[in-house]
Amino acid sequence: MMNCKSATQLLSQAQDRKLTFIESTRVKLHTAMCKGCRNYGMQMKQLSDLSKRFIQPEPRS
Amino acid sequence: MTAPNIVAPQTHDWTQDEAFMSELRQQMLKFATLQLQDASIAEDAVQDAFIGALKNQQTFGRRASFKTWVFAILKHKIIDVIRNNQRLVPSSLVQNDEEDEAGLEVWDQQFDNRGYWHLSERPTAWQQPSESAASDQFWRVFEVCLEGLPGQYSRAYMMREFIGLSTNEICQQLVMTENSLNVLLYRARSKLRKCLQTNWIDKGA
Repeated sequence: MMNCKSATQLLSQAQDRKLTFIESTRVKLHTAMCKGCRNYGMQMKQLSDLSKRFIQPEPRS
Repeated sequence: MTAPNIVAPQTHDWTQDEAFMSELRQQMLKFATLQLQDASIAEDAVQDAFIGALKNQQTFGRRASFKTWVFAILKHKIIDVIRNNQRLVPSSLVQNDEEDEAGLEVWDQQFDNRGYWHLSERPTAWQQPSESAASDQFWRVFEVCLEGLPGQYSRAYMMREFIGLSTNEICQQLVMTENSLNVLLYRARSKLRKCLQTNWIDKGA
């Protein structure tokens, strides 16, 4: 099985490009078993959203 | 450098609020300088953004709306500069190789030698990110974490996530391969993630 280091690298790249079918299958297999990487993947999306809000700061003063 | 002269006072003319304007200008300068890596080009972009904002001045009920508006203009100015200016990338990006290596070492400590998370480093779920996002305190932490990134990490990250440039454009600007950019973005995101985890989530905020 893919290790966490490789999985997190692909989870980062998933923000920038569409992963290939094989990559995305391997990541899914990994995250199904690994809570840490599952959280990491969600946080990648959250970071991206936060960054957008940082620049379009509606709720900020 | 002085702030542009302002005309036509309005009901909610934030441009008349000197403290607000000077703080806003500082934030814009910091942002533009990071992106453009050149203080005087950054000054120009900020100046242009203010002039553009004032030329099309509207009434903004909330400070946040005015700020968003000016930042949006600045963002477009920065994109223009980046796209039109081929000489932007200084050799400092190349010099940073050592920093790179150091970053890699620190980074690798999150994983054991087989590449799996150390137990203490394993990401835990973030609760209620949308609520956190509303608080000023959170944004201060976010800013500090961003500033803590090594220069080229934050530059690549901002080009990607803030400015929204494509991978191709960033690679051209930073004169690097897609693989190197992937590594930069990966490290930037991982450091940012860990910084937020340590300074926000783990503090129970």
